[in-house]
Amino acid sequence: MTGDVMEKMWALAPAFVEGIPQGKALGIKFVSVDVGKATFALPYSTQIIGDPATRVIHGGAITTLLDQVSGLAATAAIVSEANDINIANVATLDLSIDYMRPATPGETVIGTATCYKTTHHIAFVRAIAHDGDLNDPVAMCQATFMITRARPAKEVKT
Amino acid sequence: MTKAELEHILAKIPYAGFIGVEPIVMDSELTMVMRYKDSNIGNPFLPALHGGVIGGFMEVSAIAGLMFSGDYTKVPKPIGLNVGYLRSGKPQDTFARASIVRQGSRVANVRVEAWQDDMDKPIATLMGNYLTADSKGK
Repeated sequence: MTGDVMEKMWALAPAFVEGIPQGKALGIKFVSVDVGKATFALPYSTQIIGDPATRVIHGGAITTLLDQVSGLAATAAIVSEANDINIANVATLDLSIDYMRPATPGETVIGTATCYKTTHHIAFVRAIAHDGDLNDPVAMCQATFMITRARPAKEVKT
Repeated sequence: MTKAELEHILAKIPYAGFIGVEPIVMDSELTMVMRYKDSNIGNPFLPALHGGVIGGFMEVSAIAGLMFSGDYTKVPKPIGLNVGYLRSGKPQDTFARASIVRQGSRVANVRVEAWQDDMDKPIATLMGNYLTADSKGK
């Protein structure tokens, strides 16, 4: 049952961002995970300002948010397909990010990602960063991840 | 822009300090360094630097490279960029150099390479377009 493995994902997913040093430093919070989907929140902080004139946060912090949430969406897609929580690790291969507008100073930035395709080696993910309105995004991201599977593909299918 | 002016601007960009970025200028050529910090780790098991931090470092380097090259008074804004990850970032100092592929009247195209031990073995690359129309002059 995919439900069981997603329950395990829910238990493990917060540590996926809140348990790593850079996730802690940025204060990124886990929001949700589902089959091939994930959402995190990046709170506003003066320590990540990128433009002192406008107090807008730096693109780099949004890059980290989108990278991390896309990685979880890819992992959530792979584990649900294989119905195995320990099936694979992912590593970012490529991130393409378009910045539509500056993030509003003071607002939390939400990063939400969908993994729309996986192959044996690669996961393809789209992600959006917004600060409240999905239809008015701050940034949009397309990413690919290398998948390192714990065991051969034939066994994965069973 | 001089090294002192660039240092002055970077000192006012909290994110640059947050990930530990400093400029190095030798023979009027700008190299950026991101000093190792425990808080930049993304994978504590390997351990490896966070890919997003490496991307953020290259974004700071692209902006610094642009500002160092001309009469910028405001920070240029990213429009779109592509980051390629080539090797995992080891827990040590990381370097980056930006080259301006084209500076147009409104947009600049910038390429950045980041490396650690060996400049010929980059760990990541960035290609980005930056809006410079409102950032230059007076």
